[in-house]
Amino acid sequence: MSDADANSQPLLRLSKITKVYTRGDLAVPALRGIDLTIEQGEFVAVMGPSGSGKSTLMNLIGCLDRPTSGAYYLEGQDVAQLDRDALAGVRLRTLGFVFQGFNLLSRTTALENVELPLLYAGMKSQERAERAKDALRRVGLDARAGHTPNQLSGGQQQRVAIARALVTRPKLLLADEPTGNLDSRTSIEVMALLQELNGEGLTVLLVTHEPDIASYAGRLLLVKDGRLRTDEKRKAMSAKQALSEWRDEETLQ
Amino acid sequence: MMILMALRLALRSLLRNRMRSALTALGVIIGVAALLVTVVLGEGTRKMVAAQIASMGSAILMIVPGASAQGGFMGGTGSGRPLQRDDVEAILQARSVRYAVPVDRTVAQVVSSNLNWQTPIIGTTTDYLALRDWPVARGRFFNSAENDTAAKVCVLGKTVAQNIFGDTDPVGQQLRVKQMPCEVIGLLAAKGQSAMGSDQDDVLIMPSLTLRTRVLNQNRQFVSTIMVSATSEDDLSAAESEVVSILRQRHKLSDDQENDFTVRNLAELVQTQQKIVETQTGMLRNVAAVSLLVGGIGIMNIMLVSVTERTREIGIRLAIGARERDILLQFLVEAVVLSVMGGLLGIGLGVLAATLFSKLGGGMPVDFSAFWMILGFGVSVAIGVLFGFYPARKAARLDPIDALRYE
Repeated sequence: MSDADANSQPLLRLSKITKVYTRGDLAVPALRGIDLTIEQGEFVAVMGPSGSGKSTLMNLIGCLDRPTSGAYYLEGQDVAQLDRDALAGVRLRTLGFVFQGFNLLSRTTALENVELPLLYAGMKSQERAERAKDALRRVGLDARAGHTPNQLSGGQQQRVAIARALVTRPKLLLADEPTGNLDSRTSIEVMALLQELNGEGLTVLLVTHEPDIASYAGRLLLVKDGRLRTDEKRKAMSAKQALSEWRDEETLQ
Repeated sequence: MMILMALRLALRSLLRNRMRSALTALGVIIGVAALLVTVVLGEGTRKMVAAQIASMGSAILMIVPGASAQGGFMGGTGSGRPLQRDDVEAILQARSVRYAVPVDRTVAQVVSSNLNWQTPIIGTTTDYLALRDWPVARGRFFNSAENDTAAKVCVLGKTVAQNIFGDTDPVGQQLRVKQMPCEVIGLLAAKGQSAMGSDQDDVLIMPSLTLRTRVLNQNRQFVSTIMVSATSEDDLSAAESEVVSILRQRHKLSDDQENDFTVRNLAELVQTQQKIVETQTGMLRNVAAVSLLVGGIGIMNIMLVSVTERTREIGIRLAIGARERDILLQFLVEAVVLSVMGGLLGIGLGVLAATLFSKLGGGMPVDFSAFWMILGFGVSVAIGVLFGFYPARKAARLDPIDALRYE
């Protein structure tokens, strides 16, 4: 695929996506027809009250789940029809995940955690270790490569998780409440890192319920009752700037 | 590559719960150990029996007078009509019979110039060695002329020769059997232990007539037993029925009368011994089977627990791109590693137990061939795969979203 083609086609496109969960005889619709297009390099925040369907949307985009109906094109390919193994392949190569609870393997070093996706990609151990170290360096944690998660702070753990998501060089980073377990200062640090990565061309899709976290994204989606209510582009706040202002305040005090 | 990684992962996970892993492996340890003892002892006995049948000479029948094998006879062995020297000649005429020799036995003191030794003595005829497939090491065996004239000659087994003559060549030496002086004309090749564990080389063989008339002072017409070999192993039962009909005819027995002699099959006697060992190891085999089953279920149980405990980990792995088969392999390998660890310990324990059994059981033969170790290993791998598959598949089939949300 040439660069021209890649640019002419959106990273992902959802068309009339619905998702219905059946609990016994009861059909519970979670998504009632979502149309959404995300271009390469966007930083998108998804907000919505709990039960709005934003998690379901995230799972569908993350290829962890399949829609009841509708089409989902990721890099031009309809992934709604792929089987479990093929979806695993998409998650491995095209997507990166960051979760609220970090979801690192305990009793496993930061480096090994970051290497994990490369293991499933079948990469040789030397190349694996190099790529994992690069990714840790990128998030500023190369000095902590041998530490296990319980020896790291929450912010550090989340950065290891981001390194793990980055290590396969994905097209789309899915961050599900990545700052939910972090204090405000660390949250802004993580957002600054995500903005930096976005600046380098990585598409970021962020789910959050905190408006000030969402304000670091250049596009805001509001999901309610399984439908997309708001889709607006705006000027994103700079997390880096917020961070330096924070530092100034600290020095003043 | 993938397997290696799964192996490392499995070892790490199992070492994390050392006690649990050890207890889980216990069933396999006991099972494999019991299995190993069974085959090592059973096979050892089987090989010993085969060797002994071979050393005894295959397809041999013993005919003794009296004691009816069919019951109803109350006189006891020897109380019936004795066997006669002519019976031997008659039996030799049978088509399926190759050799037939009279065998008289006694135990007597054998005396040389300065040493003496008590030994079993066999009186027989020239064909005895051919029948037993027993070569002469030095000198010669007696010929039929020496038998017919009750010549004062004898042939020594290796044990007797050593005890009477030490390292000197016994051939040509003189010795006395009871009061009878006798010349040693031959030394038999070493034959080893018999099926019953007695030393077959502790024997002195002399002509049948010499023993009966000069040592035992008994009627020369009779013989205490007749040893018969069939033309081949397949002909053994044919030879047996021929011998029976010849003797019945010669003893003038009518159809309603029972045999006044008994025909014994030596191979059957030895096989009886094997059956006894098989019965003993049969119990152990059941223990092995039950223990392996229970061990396997234990592994399945603990793997199910492990899968549940690590649901979140499985979710993470699935989310970052592990395929079903990656997860399946991870847990399957873990179950196999657990089982194989048990298997290896079981092999060690089994070898130890079999050695102990053999020592305590009076030198029961053991067969520690590598094949049985490989079998033990193979069985433990099979147990791991068999009982690890269900939990591993359960892990692999987990829904990534549910697994990630699992607390």
